[in-house]
Formats: sequence, structure tokens, C-alpha cells
Amino acid sequence: MLRLDVSKQLGDFKLEAAFESEGRVTGLFGSSGAGKTSLINMIAGLLRPDRGSIAIDGEVLDDTANRVHIPAHRRRIGYVFQDFRLFPHLDVGENLDYGRRMNGLAEDSVRRKRVTDLLDIGDLLDRRPGKLSGGERQRVALGRALLAQPRLLLLDEPLGSLDEERKEEILPYLVRLRDEAGIPMVYVSHDAAELRQLATQIVMLKRGRVTVFGGVKVLSGAQ
Amino acid sequence: MFDISPTEWTAILLSLRVASIATLVATPLGIAVAWLLARRDFWGKAVVDALVHLPLVLPPVVTGYLLLLTFGRRGLVGEWLADHLGIVFAFRWTGAALACGVMSFPLLVRPIRLSIEAVDRRLEQAASTLGAAPWRVFTSVTLPLALPGVLAGMVLGFAKAIGEFGATITFVSNIPGETQTISSAIYALISTPDGDAAALRLVIVSVVIAMGALIASEWFARRATRRLHGS
Repeated sequence: MLRLDVSKQLGDFKLEAAFESEGRVTGLFGSSGAGKTSLINMIAGLLRPDRGSIAIDGEVLDDTANRVHIPAHRRRIGYVFQDFRLFPHLDVGENLDYGRRMNGLAEDSVRRKRVTDLLDIGDLLDRRPGKLSGGERQRVALGRALLAQPRLLLLDEPLGSLDEERKEEILPYLVRLRDEAGIPMVYVSHDAAELRQLATQIVMLKRGRVTVFGGVKVLSGAQ
Repeated sequence: MFDISPTEWTAILLSLRVASIATLVATPLGIAVAWLLARRDFWGKAVVDALVHLPLVLPPVVTGYLLLLTFGRRGLVGEWLADHLGIVFAFRWTGAALACGVMSFPLLVRPIRLSIEAVDRRLEQAASTLGAAPWRVFTSVTLPLALPGVLAGMVLGFAKAIGEFGATITFVSNIPGETQTISSAIYALISTPDGDAAALRLVIVSVVIAMGALIASEWFARRATRRLHGS
């Protein structure tokens, strides 16, 4: 369970959001500039709230009242970025292995095989990110985040920088991920259709505030 | 004409040793300073930046004299080092290495700093979400991506150290076999009657070393770029 109640001043923009989600996939919906990315950056620990608290399954990650701030690298929260952010100096296999190495986890070829099969990236292992298509990069980025064995996966517009054809290529993988990986996700998007397919719960964000919270049906009428 | 005499060999080998040691010792320090200047905001940053660049704009003889005052036998730091650690810089080849290290430091730091600044911070963020502590983010992402700049800085620093003259001769004088580098040997030879041929030989040697350094840096840079873009 993800529980969050934070505020943050970002220039002229004030983000003030609170919600509690039990959902398998919490869809964070809103137009650009609504504060979606800032919000999940706070969940990831990349951005520090001015005031408030964040907790996962009862474990406090941020609590400004008690000066608690767990740094990003100790949160075990996976993050899939819109712009992939694969390490250009490492090949695909090394990118996939990065989180395991950094967390000091034992090698687990079964898990690795399962993830590379799930995402169909087993043939790309020796390649450099520079030699991959956009869709392949995003699948590798998904695999990299999964293999760090996170307890929560954040996806920030993972289809945002892909064209329509590539989106159709990635969507089925995201559905499989939701149904098979067993990791709760927060899925950020400005695309209602995408969230209808993937999310189980919706948090609607408008100008830095949560306006609606509920099941996927709250998206009816939204573009 | 091309019979290099033992004295000349001594100067050449000493120059190579002095410049290599100066570069190897200065590089880790240079990487640390470059990282601080590129990635951290702290009180006194402008002062650190100015201090690093000072040897570039000060007359070398001033830098050499300041080194003599600080690291000489009776110098503030020099006396303490000699008494407690047995490290002596004055009129030793180690002093020449120190002078070369200080003089080449700004040239070493600059390319490293620029290449660290050019590393995409979003990749560093991605690394931290994958569980990498700040130190490991640096060693596994920032430093490998900044490697071409580090190599460029090392080569530039080495080339500067090989050619350093003013600060070295002021700080450690011009003692054959101990502190006489190629530059100070050339200087001594051209003020000696019949020294022209020997001076010319050393001039050719320093041109060859400088060219070699430039070619090596180009080669390293290409290799590093290829490694990064993976072909």
C-alpha cells in the first residue's frame, strides 16, 4: 500500500497532493504540468517534499515532521523513465545486471531468464543501447528496473516518446508485466485510453492537486 | 649529430619520470577537484576555482618562489614534512615533480571538469533508483562516461609537466642528475659555448615526446568514444 501526503513549492507552482492506494496499478492521470512527474520523483526519493510524508506498506520513506528522508538508492523503488536512460557505456546485459550488482543481490539466472523472456530481450544482451530501437530501449529499461527487485515500480509516461506503432508494440508487455510480475505499479500518463487498459485505480491530478480518486470508471469522459 | 650523450639521457629520463609521477599523483586529486567544481555547490567554491587556476596566470617564477617558501627546507610545510615524514622537496627531483604537478594542475582539471559537467545527470538519477549509493554512481556511471576528458586532461597535464621550466628551476634549481630536466638542460646548453648541437638534439627529443603525447591522446579519445557509442 502506498500512502502519500506531501506539498512542495516548485517556482510558482505548488504541488499539494494526498492519496492512499491499494491498487495493483495506480494510474496517475493529468495533463502536462499537473505535477505528475514531480510527484513520482518524490516517491522515488529524487525530490524532497517541503512538508508531508510518504510510506509504502507501513514503512516511512519521507516524514518531514520527524526529519526522515530515505535516499533514493535505499528505497528499492524501480523507475522507468519516459526517456529510457539506459547507460550508454554498458551493453544490454550489463544494463540489466546493474541493479542486482548495486543492491548486492546474488546472481539469479532463473529470474533473469523469466524477465528477458517476458520482455523478449534475450537476443539483445550483447548490444549497446545506441544500437536499439525506441521500443527495444523501453523494454530493456523495464527489464533493468524489474531485475533490481523493487517493491514498487514507477512508470513515467513509458510510451510517451514512442510513435503509435511502437506504443502498440509495448502495451502488451506492460499488460503482461501487470499480470505476471506481481509488483505494484504507479503508472503516469496523460492518455486516458492507455490508463483504461492498464490501471486498476486512478488518481487524477490537476494543477498540483488531487481532484478525483477512484476506479478506472472515473476516466469516463476524460480524453 | 644524433649520438645522445649520457648527460642528455639523464635529463630525458628524469623529465619523463618527473612528468609521469606528477601526472599520476595529480590525477586522482584533479578528478576530485573537478567533481567538486562540476557537481557541488559549497561555500568558498569561487576561491577553490581561483586557486586551481592561479598557476596558469601567475608568473612561473612566482609560483616557484612560493613553493620554495612553503615546501623548502625552512618552509612552513617543508620543514614539518622533512622532520616528521622524511619527505624533502627542495633541490630534489621530487620537488621538480611537485612544481610540475602544481603548474600542470589547471590544465589537468579543466577537461575533466568539462567532461563531468557533460555527463547527463538523469543517468546518475537512474543509477540511484537502481540502488547505487552516491560513490558507486560516481565510479560506475559518472567516471566511465567522463573518461575521455580524464585522459585528455592527463595528456595535457603530462605535456605541460614535460615542458615546465620557470617554477621548476626557481624551486629546485638546475642540478644535473637530480633536477635537470630537458628544459633546464637546454637552457644550460644554449648558454654554454659549443652547446648548440646538444641543445638541438634535446629540442628534437622534446618535439618527439610532445607529438607522441598528442597522438596518444587522440588515440585514447577515439577509443573511449567508440566504447561509449558501442560499435
